[in-house]
Amino acid sequence: MEFLSYLISGISLGSVYAIIALGYTMVYGIAKMLNFAHGDVIMVGGYISFCAVSYLGLPGWLALILAMAVCTVLGIVIEGLAYKPLRSAPSLAVLITAIGVSYFLQNTALLIWKAAPKVYPSLIPATNAQGEVNALQLFHGQLSISYISLLTMASCVVIMIALTLFTGKTKMGKAMRACSEDKGAAQLMGINVNATISTTFAIGSALAAVAGVLLCSSYPTLQPTTGSMPGIKAFTAAVFGGIGSIPGAFLGGLLLGIIEALAKAYISTNLANTIVFAVLIIVLLVKPAGLLGKYVPEKV
Amino acid sequence: MKKLSIKQHTRTDFLTYLGVIIAFAVMSFLSSNGSLSRSLTGQLVPICCYMSMAVSLNLTVGILGELSLGHAGFMSVGAFSGVVAAMSLQTVIPSAPLRLAAAMVIGAAAAAIAGIIVGTPVLRLRGDYLAIVTLAFGEIIKDLINCLLVGYDANGLHVAFNLTGSKTVADLGMQEGGIAIIKGAQGATGTTIISSFTAGFLLVMVTLFVVLNLKHSRAGRAIMALRDNAIAAESVGINLTKYKMMAFVTSAALAGAAGALYGLNFSSLQATKFNFNTSILILVFVVLGGLGNLWGSLIAAAALTVLPELLRAFSDYRMLVYAIVLILVMLATNNPTLKTFFSRFKPRKHVRKEAV
Repeated sequence: MEFLSYLISGISLGSVYAIIALGYTMVYGIAKMLNFAHGDVIMVGGYISFCAVSYLGLPGWLALILAMAVCTVLGIVIEGLAYKPLRSAPSLAVLITAIGVSYFLQNTALLIWKAAPKVYPSLIPATNAQGEVNALQLFHGQLSISYISLLTMASCVVIMIALTLFTGKTKMGKAMRACSEDKGAAQLMGINVNATISTTFAIGSALAAVAGVLLCSSYPTLQPTTGSMPGIKAFTAAVFGGIGSIPGAFLGGLLLGIIEALAKAYISTNLANTIVFAVLIIVLLVKPAGLLGKYVPEKV
Repeated sequence: MKKLSIKQHTRTDFLTYLGVIIAFAVMSFLSSNGSLSRSLTGQLVPICCYMSMAVSLNLTVGILGELSLGHAGFMSVGAFSGVVAAMSLQTVIPSAPLRLAAAMVIGAAAAAIAGIIVGTPVLRLRGDYLAIVTLAFGEIIKDLINCLLVGYDANGLHVAFNLTGSKTVADLGMQEGGIAIIKGAQGATGTTIISSFTAGFLLVMVTLFVVLNLKHSRAGRAIMALRDNAIAAESVGINLTKYKMMAFVTSAALAGAAGALYGLNFSSLQATKFNFNTSILILVFVVLGGLGNLWGSLIAAAALTVLPELLRAFSDYRMLVYAIVLILVMLATNNPTLKTFFSRFKPRKHVRKEAV
């Protein structure tokens, strides 16, 4: 029973990683850039929803939508101002610019909201107004799954299915796949490459906002650096599953969360991250393109 | 034509050395004069360390052409092994400069070993996968050092590994009079500061000497050939693993020496200091200074370390200004439109770029 509850908390954490990793992987697949500012968009999403709930008194779902809207706009603005002018630049230059954007977001947040951590009002609080625990009780109360974990897992699955359908069936989704295969050829076929990349950033940032709200609902401390570690973890998850692949990001995120939760519970709290990264290294040595990534042999 | 190009790089190297010497002379004159602000004087040794880190990372990123996001990990290994060495050699080598030198050598050796351990799996991967694995190793090194307890007494070194978070210095089982050097998450505290600006200057000179000579040697040409086209280089008989390892381990060892000096410049040092952000900071120096361009790395490292100090007037806004400066510089140097716009003011540079 103990194992099951650790497993479920791992899946819940992994679902958050998976949602972030989906954004990472989509942006990487299409723009071939490591968007290090992605983690900070999560943090912005968290703060926006925090303000909406605490200062404006909006209900949680409206705060979530507001956060998604703000982050979508933020993603498009960042892409337009910082990344679009560097479309033809070497990838390292774009990487450093992304780091610059990340510093910028963190320090702006530091100036607006200060360094002191904020206590985030969870979407579904741990106990309700009557003092009852907001959790699903199974096996006569031996296994308790909080509603926020259930919500996190459900949203992850919904997002994953929606994205798969979107990239597989819609015109814009097909354009995205075409751009990630070959930008030049896509342009020749009449696809607006710039608009497609902007849309990808918009979707990725909206997902980051969702992840921010869910992450802060489960781990309710919010500060300007909140997004960086989950950002790095999600990046690891995306690589783990094979960067550029949507099911890969989902799988990588879940596995990473489970490994982290189990390692924390059974081996060592201090070394949980070490174990996560060690597993990543071993997987990459056996499958150099990640679990579900396509290995493209180099042509001479 | 060939003669001319050799002459040019020798001249650049000579000017780089000369620049470092002049900068050292000016800075030591100014600091002995007391005309440097206190915060800037305190920055002198860290700047030397960062310069040396930037040059050594440039060997991996610019000359070998592999993106490394875990360079601070090697600095960390060097720093903590250097601190342990310096603290435990206190009675054996009483002279502080000699002890510092020994600590830096030991730091470099430890980091080189770490480089071999990390490099063996890492260099088999390619591109962004390699980058993420170096990041992973950087984080692993940080976490492992965070769990490390090291003490020294008459019997020698005592090492314990704080896996569950329950062990303390008392578990080392030291005799009376023993000193705890690394105390887990608290890091190394109570370190005797033996670093000096002269040592920093020598470190930068040695780093430059090693990297420049490696770059212009037969091995260096092999490394650059691997960077430009690994398949073509292998087909003419260049040993891929050997040369990649050579560059990677050299880079790690130099970072270790810089780390040892850095560690001995502070009485208290935590492993979290050498996190992902530090690796990124050094990468920023390298990219901003220009890939493969060593004097560029030196200037970028010095300028960007001093910049937050100079931006003190902006107080709270200084890191924000730093971020904006970083983004604008990257845009100005890499955007095609802006690049042509700027090159109008610098006709000579433009012509030279065309020639390359």
